[in-house]
Amino acid sequence: MRKQISTSAAIAALLFQSVTATASNNVNIDNAFNPAFSLILSGLYGQLQQAPGAATGFAMNPAPSHEQGFNLGESEMGISASIDPQFRGAATLALDPAGGLSVENAFVQTTALGDGMNLKFGRFFSSLGYLNEVHAHAWDFVDQPLVYATLWENQLGEDGVQFKWLAPTDAFIELGVEMGKGRGFPGTERAKNGSGAGVLFAHIGNDIGVEHSWRLGASLHQTRRVDAKSTDVPDLAGNVVTNLFTGDSRTAGLDFVWKYSPNSNVRDSYVKFQSEFFQRKESGDLTYDTAAVSNGTTTDTFSVIQSGFYLQGVYQFMPRWRVGARYDRLDAGVAQVGALNAGNVISDYAYTPTRTTLMLDYSPSEFSRLRVQFADDQSRQSLKDNQFFVQYIMSLGAHGAHSY
Amino acid sequence: MNRLLYVFLLSLFYSSAHAALNVFACEPEWAALTQELAGDKVSIYTATTALQDPHRIEARPSLIAKARRADLVVCTGAELEVAWLPVVLRESGNATTRLGGTGYFEAADFVKMLEVPTRLDRGDGDVHARGNPHIQTDARNFLPVADALSKRLMQLDPANAGEYQQRLAVFNTKWRAALSRWEQQAIPLNGMPILVQHKGFPYLTDWLKLKEIATLEPKPGMEPSAAHLSQVLNTLQKQPAKMVLRAAYQEVRPSAWIAQRAHLNVVELPYTVGGSDKATDLFGLFDDTLARLLKGSQ
Repeated sequence: MRKQISTSAAIAALLFQSVTATASNNVNIDNAFNPAFSLILSGLYGQLQQAPGAATGFAMNPAPSHEQGFNLGESEMGISASIDPQFRGAATLALDPAGGLSVENAFVQTTALGDGMNLKFGRFFSSLGYLNEVHAHAWDFVDQPLVYATLWENQLGEDGVQFKWLAPTDAFIELGVEMGKGRGFPGTERAKNGSGAGVLFAHIGNDIGVEHSWRLGASLHQTRRVDAKSTDVPDLAGNVVTNLFTGDSRTAGLDFVWKYSPNSNVRDSYVKFQSEFFQRKESGDLTYDTAAVSNGTTTDTFSVIQSGFYLQGVYQFMPRWRVGARYDRLDAGVAQVGALNAGNVISDYAYTPTRTTLMLDYSPSEFSRLRVQFADDQSRQSLKDNQFFVQYIMSLGAHGAHSY
Repeated sequence: MNRLLYVFLLSLFYSSAHAALNVFACEPEWAALTQELAGDKVSIYTATTALQDPHRIEARPSLIAKARRADLVVCTGAELEVAWLPVVLRESGNATTRLGGTGYFEAADFVKMLEVPTRLDRGDGDVHARGNPHIQTDARNFLPVADALSKRLMQLDPANAGEYQQRLAVFNTKWRAALSRWEQQAIPLNGMPILVQHKGFPYLTDWLKLKEIATLEPKPGMEPSAAHLSQVLNTLQKQPAKMVLRAAYQEVRPSAWIAQRAHLNVVELPYTVGGSDKATDLFGLFDDTLARLLKGSQ
């Protein structure tokens, strides 16, 4: 699904360019216009008691992307610059641990439309929810909340167009719409004209006094899934089968962030609380057991409402040191299964996946962070897992501003 | 009910429509300067307070909303606001105040920068490529900035050019008089050895001819460590200092620690308008800065 590019040459060229740019200090005019270049080096050690897998009741969704032992995690390169007075371009290339580069973001943004309007096109993270746009190096935990891992495969990336408008008001009121290919889960890439997925979002926010600030958001996502394939799905007979689903997927979400900092001096200490809720309804046709390992392939209607939320708090109790806690919960719902598949497909898993996570991190400077994380993972029935992670996140070169 | 809603919507859209220009000032000193130069011709929003570290501000929704309606953004520049302002301006969708637009003003463009690094390496800490951005601690810097800012106001609001011209002349006269008063007061400070908590005072020490012996932060932007502080103590035994300077927004502990051990005076400087009770405007800022330095030098 991700585009692989031959990498080492590209990296070498980019590094070389930025090195010569610094050294020659504007002597060479060609180099003076080099874009801002940044490299995030991040790596992870994971100690898990169970092999990673999807939460109970979510076998047709992605599993959290945990790995055991040492792994390279989310190292990425970022390149951005103004293109001309009208446009700005930015790209983020993720370094795949197995080798190769994948294009995480590659988009163009308008800078001069004015009247509060912003247009973005290319490949970008959708603005739905709060965490979806946040890059992995800025996450407050090693991993995404379960609801993001399960409903959005960590983050919804889209190839398409985004338009947003900021109201000329004292408070922050932003409305946006996105149309895209439907590239990221739950979308399925199809060869067709027109739009494959759409997002609507609204954000409002403000300060309360000098010390408090908040943002509230709502979003809707809609896509059509065609022949979405799920492997290793348990059935009523106790087999593990492969299913196909074709139908509509609609997701609604609410997100809330509140931050407090004494004197609003975030360097010294702050508290950040956030919560998000998503609910997805999928309805269409399910083809059971495409490989016919059991009774044979049958297709009938299928619809289900899945949901999940998380609550989290992060507290910087002194400069450089932060602690965090997060609670995750999912609801797999009770599926309406057509008569032909009623004896095959599990409709009610009768299990509520949860996870509780604690985090401690230390940042020697603005450009480096070291983190330990412990999770009591009960996302899978009778496969309780104690997960322990150690992580480093280092940022080299240009260090772009972070959003709220 | 309908009428209430109408009034509410009107107030949302026209809450500051009486003033000609909406100004978004990144730091309180530029808000105060704009106030001196434009009076009631502008409505000013100040994005930060004297108790915040201006390097570390979050791109809060409220800042983006305020930047959306700004006709003029007045900031220090020289990368001081690099961690938040680019996002605020980008997200605001405001075509006039984007970086390089007519509504974007950087004070650092008009003063002589100090501590411009000869090499750029993050191993040297959080250094700024264009030099040390804390230009507001030298009162002399306000003259060229006022001149340029006044020209910009006239360009954006030609209808009131006469008033801006007149206000600039008044400010220049008052400021020159104040400068010679402050410089007179500062004579006893000449050559006085000092410590600083953050590399935030080169313009002040250059102006008042103070002598900086050491910095409590091991590198710019890094928190003072125990090891580095004891190194500073060693330096002090060879080269004693009179006082340690700290900006109002900085943590109390490191300067208190060193002051206790080396028997120094801690001088908390307002650093910008609003940083102390007396620093209510630019004149008060420097009156109080001088008074505190003189008291600390006793």
